[in-house]
Amino acid sequence: MTNIAKSENTDMNMSSGPFVDVANTPKQQRAPKARVTAQNVNVFYGQKQALFDVCVDVPDRSVIAFIGPSGCGKSTFLRCLNRMNDTIEGCRVEGDIKLDGQDVYDPKIDVVELRARVGMVFQKPNPFPKSIFENVAYGPKIHGLATNKTELEEIVVTSLRKASLFEEVKDRLHEPGTGLSGGQQQRLCIARAIAVSPEVILMDEPCSALDPIATAKIEELIDELRANYTIAIVTHSMQQAARVSQRTAFFHLGLLVEEGPTETIFTAPNDKRTQDYVTGRFG
Amino acid sequence: MTDLSQNASPTDGSQARLKRIRAGLGKRHAREKRFRLYGIVAIAAALTFVAILFAMILSKGLPAFQQATLTVPVTFSQELIDLEPRPVRESGQSAADFRAADLRWQRDVTLVNWNRVVEDAVRSLAPGSEISSRDLQSLIDSAERFKLRDAFVANPNLLGQTVDMQLLASANADNWLKGNINRDLPDSQQQLSAPARALADELYADGNIRMAFAWHIFTNTDSRSAPASAGLAGAFMGSLYMMMVVIVLAVPIGVASAIYLEEFAPKNRLTDIIEVNINNLAAVPSIVFGLLGAAVFINYFRLPLSAPIVGGLVLTLMTLPTIIIATRSSLRAVPPSLRQAALGLGASKTQTVFHHVLPVTYPGILTATIIGVAQALGETAPLLLIGMNAFVASVPGSPFDQSTALPVQIYLWQGNENRNFFEARTSAAIIVLLALMISLNAIAIFLRSRLERRR
Repeated sequence: MTNIAKSENTDMNMSSGPFVDVANTPKQQRAPKARVTAQNVNVFYGQKQALFDVCVDVPDRSVIAFIGPSGCGKSTFLRCLNRMNDTIEGCRVEGDIKLDGQDVYDPKIDVVELRARVGMVFQKPNPFPKSIFENVAYGPKIHGLATNKTELEEIVVTSLRKASLFEEVKDRLHEPGTGLSGGQQQRLCIARAIAVSPEVILMDEPCSALDPIATAKIEELIDELRANYTIAIVTHSMQQAARVSQRTAFFHLGLLVEEGPTETIFTAPNDKRTQDYVTGRFG
Repeated sequence: MTDLSQNASPTDGSQARLKRIRAGLGKRHAREKRFRLYGIVAIAAALTFVAILFAMILSKGLPAFQQATLTVPVTFSQELIDLEPRPVRESGQSAADFRAADLRWQRDVTLVNWNRVVEDAVRSLAPGSEISSRDLQSLIDSAERFKLRDAFVANPNLLGQTVDMQLLASANADNWLKGNINRDLPDSQQQLSAPARALADELYADGNIRMAFAWHIFTNTDSRSAPASAGLAGAFMGSLYMMMVVIVLAVPIGVASAIYLEEFAPKNRLTDIIEVNINNLAAVPSIVFGLLGAAVFINYFRLPLSAPIVGGLVLTLMTLPTIIIATRSSLRAVPPSLRQAALGLGASKTQTVFHHVLPVTYPGILTATIIGVAQALGETAPLLLIGMNAFVASVPGSPFDQSTALPVQIYLWQGNENRNFFEARTSAAIIVLLALMISLNAIAIFLRSRLERRR
């Protein structure tokens, strides 16, 4: 048994109902205080069901990794958390997803507000075709987070610093963001996401389009961001999951097979399928 | 072993495979060469036709921009212009009285026999000639007498003076001097009498008649009685007003509906029907739009006949589908990652569209607009049905005034009975229309490249 979660004892409000049955996780191993809780989430694309009864908690100020073979539903699940699936035609989400105890699919919830609280970084770096400064400033501007220009500049600089990009771009803040290298672009996207000061950051395979050096930088960055943000990351690389996350959830064919402390998942998984996947026997 | 490189000794199996590939290679290359040849032939044929077209239009139209112009000493003789001096406002005279007196004077000026003044002026260049006054007058464009009148009204001090003035030669004289008329034809088939032809040749040889650039093509309106002074100004302004109506109406309506249909409208049966109908509208023959305009705008809404506002409305209806379809396809070409980036940051749908999607599509929308407007600019058929083929001898001052349009003017001149003269005029008008279209396209290309560079 690992003790990653030992500091958080069980009498804290762990809320959030049962964990996945298949994982059959012992109580001591449960996650720390959950920021986002998902219960019995079912997702359908038209007639096709993509997710079956998924229950996961995203713990506060730590990193949870979603792993699994392609098409297993991990990205779908991630996109449920800030309702990005709303934009997909014919997509239907059932179940309970709560952010700080508030149902995100409640009709009374404003999606704009939700996405300001739950930021997202995408698989392919997608900076706006505008200057680096404008890229980062856009979020704070539309949400009215800065009252004047000085404040806005401060937010931009701080965000770029947090994304460890500032030193590289400080002399060309007003040049187009699309002119940066792939790794820099992705860090710009992360800076753009944290400029809004979200509580949760979702990352959908943020390193899949990057070379190993850029990947290492982003991973380092994720590790730093963990101190202030709650992060959920989807990744294809098991090494990456092992390196950056505290907890790992393994998806397979739309099912959440197993969820637990990363160390456990990689060294002593409960489920045969997890074992096979992490040891590279399939997927 | 399956080593493809030639240096390594290949086994028999791979040798055979290579042989097979090589056998097919010849055929494949031949097919490619043939296809390229077809392409080159097609392009060469197209270019040839374009070259022939331009050569014909330019060779016919360019001479029309040069017109035979006579420089003559005009004498504003006391004898012919027997008038009181222009009234001056006396002290104690009311404004209305002065105006009435001035108008009376102007009417008297108009009643002066200006034809005679013209005739005397030309006769002074051919002293001793026995030529009749009719023949003399046939050399000068009949509208030129108004030029003398206007000069006199502007400056009554000319009375009794002799000044050199430039007068346009008549269309017949112009044709004769340019060699557009067979000089061997008998008198009975010539427009000008023998003495008039002889005098024209003489004046041309003396340098009194020269070919001068015909600015009046751009400043005068159409004319039937004085073909040499016919110009495009009315048609040009009519076309300009119609373009304004089209741009003001079709662009915002078209772009707005494209954005709504593409980004906001729910995908259901109704929007499907709307989409199909828009696509069908783009294929409706333009003359049908003309009928619609006549029935709806003129018959029902009682808008004025022959007015650019009606023409503009009809052309707007015609241009809308083009703009909607092109704008939608450029919106569809925006990568979804851009929308996701904005939505993921918490931008609302409208913010996403207006801050991020639309700016990327500006070049596409601009191209669509120019294509649509250029198409509308060249459209003739619907304008015939709303009365824009009327003979209008004034420059429209507003979109509600009667007017023609450039393509309609071309159509009218092409059908004019003064064939020899108006054939050249038609080509000249075509040149003006083409120049307008080319400059429109050039502006579009310039704007697009600037917009694209800014990104």
